[in-house]
Amino acid sequence: MIDLIVLPLIKIVIVLTGILVTVMYLVLLERKVQAWVQVRLGPMRVGPHGVLQPIADVLKLFIKEDITPVRADKWVYTLAPIIVLVPALIAFAVIPFGPEVSIFGKPVPLYLADLNIGVLYVVAVASIGVYGIILGGWSSNSKYPLLGALRSSAQLISYELAVTMTFVAVILASGSLSMVQIVEAQRANGVWFAFVQPVSLFIYFVGGLAETNRAPFDLPEAESELVAGFHTEYSGMRFALFFLAEYANMIVVSGIATTLFFGGWLPPFPSQIFGLVPGWIWFVLKTFLLLYLFLWIRATLPRYRYDQLMRLGWKLLIPLALANILVVAAVKVALTR
Amino acid sequence: MGQAIAFYTLAALILGFSVLVITAKSAVHSILFLVADFLFVAGLYVLLGAQFLAVIQVVVYAGGIMVLYLFVVMLVNLKRPPEAHQDRRRRSRLGLLFSLVVCAELVLIGAYKLASPASLVPPAAPMGPHNVEQVGWLLYTDYLIPFEVASMLLLVAMIGAIVLARREL
Amino acid sequence: MERDQARRMFDTDEMVINMGPQHPATHGVLRVVLKLDGEKVVDADVVIGYLHRGIEKLSENRDWTQIVLLTDRMDYVASAAANLAYVETVEKLLSLEVPRRAQYVRTILAELQRIASHLVWLGSHAMDIGAVTVFLYCLRERELILDLFEEFCGARLTYNTMRIGGLPQDVPPLWDKKVLQFCDLQIEKLAEYETLLTKNRIWLERTKGIGVISAADAISGGLCGPPLRGSGVRRDVRKDEPYAAYPEFEFDIPVGEHGDTYDRYLVRLAEIRQSVRILRQAVEGLPEGPVMGKVPRLIKPPAGETYHANESPKGEIGYFIASDGKSTSPYRMRVRPPSFCNLQALPQLVRGHLVADVIAVIGTIDIVLGEVDR
Repeated sequence: MIDLIVLPLIKIVIVLTGILVTVMYLVLLERKVQAWVQVRLGPMRVGPHGVLQPIADVLKLFIKEDITPVRADKWVYTLAPIIVLVPALIAFAVIPFGPEVSIFGKPVPLYLADLNIGVLYVVAVASIGVYGIILGGWSSNSKYPLLGALRSSAQLISYELAVTMTFVAVILASGSLSMVQIVEAQRANGVWFAFVQPVSLFIYFVGGLAETNRAPFDLPEAESELVAGFHTEYSGMRFALFFLAEYANMIVVSGIATTLFFGGWLPPFPSQIFGLVPGWIWFVLKTFLLLYLFLWIRATLPRYRYDQLMRLGWKLLIPLALANILVVAAVKVALTR
Repeated sequence: MGQAIAFYTLAALILGFSVLVITAKSAVHSILFLVADFLFVAGLYVLLGAQFLAVIQVVVYAGGIMVLYLFVVMLVNLKRPPEAHQDRRRRSRLGLLFSLVVCAELVLIGAYKLASPASLVPPAAPMGPHNVEQVGWLLYTDYLIPFEVASMLLLVAMIGAIVLARREL
Repeated sequence: MERDQARRMFDTDEMVINMGPQHPATHGVLRVVLKLDGEKVVDADVVIGYLHRGIEKLSENRDWTQIVLLTDRMDYVASAAANLAYVETVEKLLSLEVPRRAQYVRTILAELQRIASHLVWLGSHAMDIGAVTVFLYCLRERELILDLFEEFCGARLTYNTMRIGGLPQDVPPLWDKKVLQFCDLQIEKLAEYETLLTKNRIWLERTKGIGVISAADAISGGLCGPPLRGSGVRRDVRKDEPYAAYPEFEFDIPVGEHGDTYDRYLVRLAEIRQSVRILRQAVEGLPEGPVMGKVPRLIKPPAGETYHANESPKGEIGYFIASDGKSTSPYRMRVRPPSFCNLQALPQLVRGHLVADVIAVIGTIDIVLGEVDR
């Protein structure tokens, strides 16, 4: 009874709260990191060094007027941000934060579910998220958000292909689709997959940038563009959900990269000292380093034009990912001979 | 017991949403209800122990093909307002004909099942946790040729679409 | 008009969309009506006038000295250049001799202004294309220039810093040392901007081959300044019709090759380097002496008309002033604003490009609407 219902519920609550708080503070971190790169300070007024800024932002979004465009499709207009946010959150069900630990004598695995098709579950969930963007643009009943939404979602589904192919390469190396098994395979190997398959990591990361609509692939959202982004007509709570979803997606991408390429909860070297630090702390550390990379790239690089973006995805990344699979498969066959 | 409840709930939802698909006024709503249908069908697959198939159903059908439908519907809506059909009687006559055909099929299926019950019983043992490997083995050994033929079909469709849509640049 | 547009939208593949006048990337109140075929720009129609304040008409009712204030507000990013061109035109009408020290300081101010204007250009151009950090780095250096100007004349943006016959006051003590320090810093920081942009493949893809104009087209289109030099035409008013203290300094005119956005970017960066070179020579050779020439108490140029041009950061800024010899205001003042003349090339530059390139092209022409509309 406890194992079936209470324990998972507690884990769900912890994970969701953790994610939502992290998302809020990730927004602040982005503003701060960008500011420091740009020789300025970022939010400083609300709380010491702006630490309470996210609370101010959330409050502001809550109390904003709820505007629905007159001829917008009311149900879809409200549903769209939810369709974007929910997949971002439920993707955390398979991400392993740590190994099985024993709490009060009970062995508790530090993940919500160990699906035997864990990696595919993430892909499935990501492909549902695309609907929110399309519907968000369409339900605003305006031509330009619709075009922006279609471009955005075309970008997403194009880069999804390359990303899924890097998953195949990792699955070939680890021999299992389960996220926990992939981490265990990295422990058995002794080397993280990032060093075994750096090309996969590169393709995955670039694809992840495109999937989350982050710079340099953020043309559909940029303010200086003519065709307005899909969330132009949104304000208040609904916009907050879109915003949250974008950052939650960033955390998902980083979390998956950590699990698949950087050994999840494993310490850098299997030594005694490192072993003292609990696994989930390593996981959080690695994920944050990857998130920092996201922020760093946004502050540094200009953005690609839409056709250049699509050309990069289709003509460069997908062939590269296919070649990568070929090479990984060939090496694996050669090694098992 | 739990399985039965789950199955009947899912089945009811699937049927309910299917009715909504055909009765929805807006094409976009129809598509959304169909996507919901596919998600519930994926749930059915999970109940049967075919998790791989369930995820593939979501990835390919709900997440790929239906997105394509949605694109088309939205872009078509953009260009031209929908033309209403004038002849109502023709529509209901066609509808009656098709529903009679479907009913006939259902009757045939029921009769066939009564005649030879054994062939329609699902396999006793569920696929187990290794269904990815099992599906993989089957695809690349027993069903290799259909697999390759299907991929050729998809390739031809893609090339055809590109050739048709290509503008003189 | 709207129904027409709507019908056109449904009939053909061409779409007419409007950009501005309120738009984050048009650098002011510029309105561009784009005719698109899908994402390709078929034609562009520039609509200006949203910032017209009647400066030329106003100048007919202002004193010759008061007009310097008006000239500030045309190209507000490079006021000193407009100031200088105006006072030199009036000095030409009056056949006034300006002391050498004043000429040198005027040159220093003009070159500092050139660097400041190019920094604003670089920052906003890079920001429009997505490299937001460059904007802040450029503004950081520009702050130093604004500090120098503030020390000199008390203002940060609209300087009112030249007078007919010289300068309103001499430079504060140690000001020239600060200019030299700034020069060293600027050269260092220029390397920072180059690291972020010049070899960056995304920057190259966004700017190479975009907005190409040939040298012949540039000349026949009346372009001036970096847009002209980016196409390979070696024309700079500082060399061709020297003014202020420029004949006494050594500097090069950077010229581009392909006439695309990337070449104009390189040209302007090189111009900053040349400006630093001029600044160093000017500060080192700063002569002693008065900063104001022998100017009559009441400025009343004799009847006549003249045209005089300077090289502002944006191109050739010229003043045509007609005086009737009787009143204390010009009979007619006509400004030849470089931004206005360069903007005329916009339709030609964006034709055939994608919508996202329009922003890059507007940035590369480097316009200030205050100057375009006056």
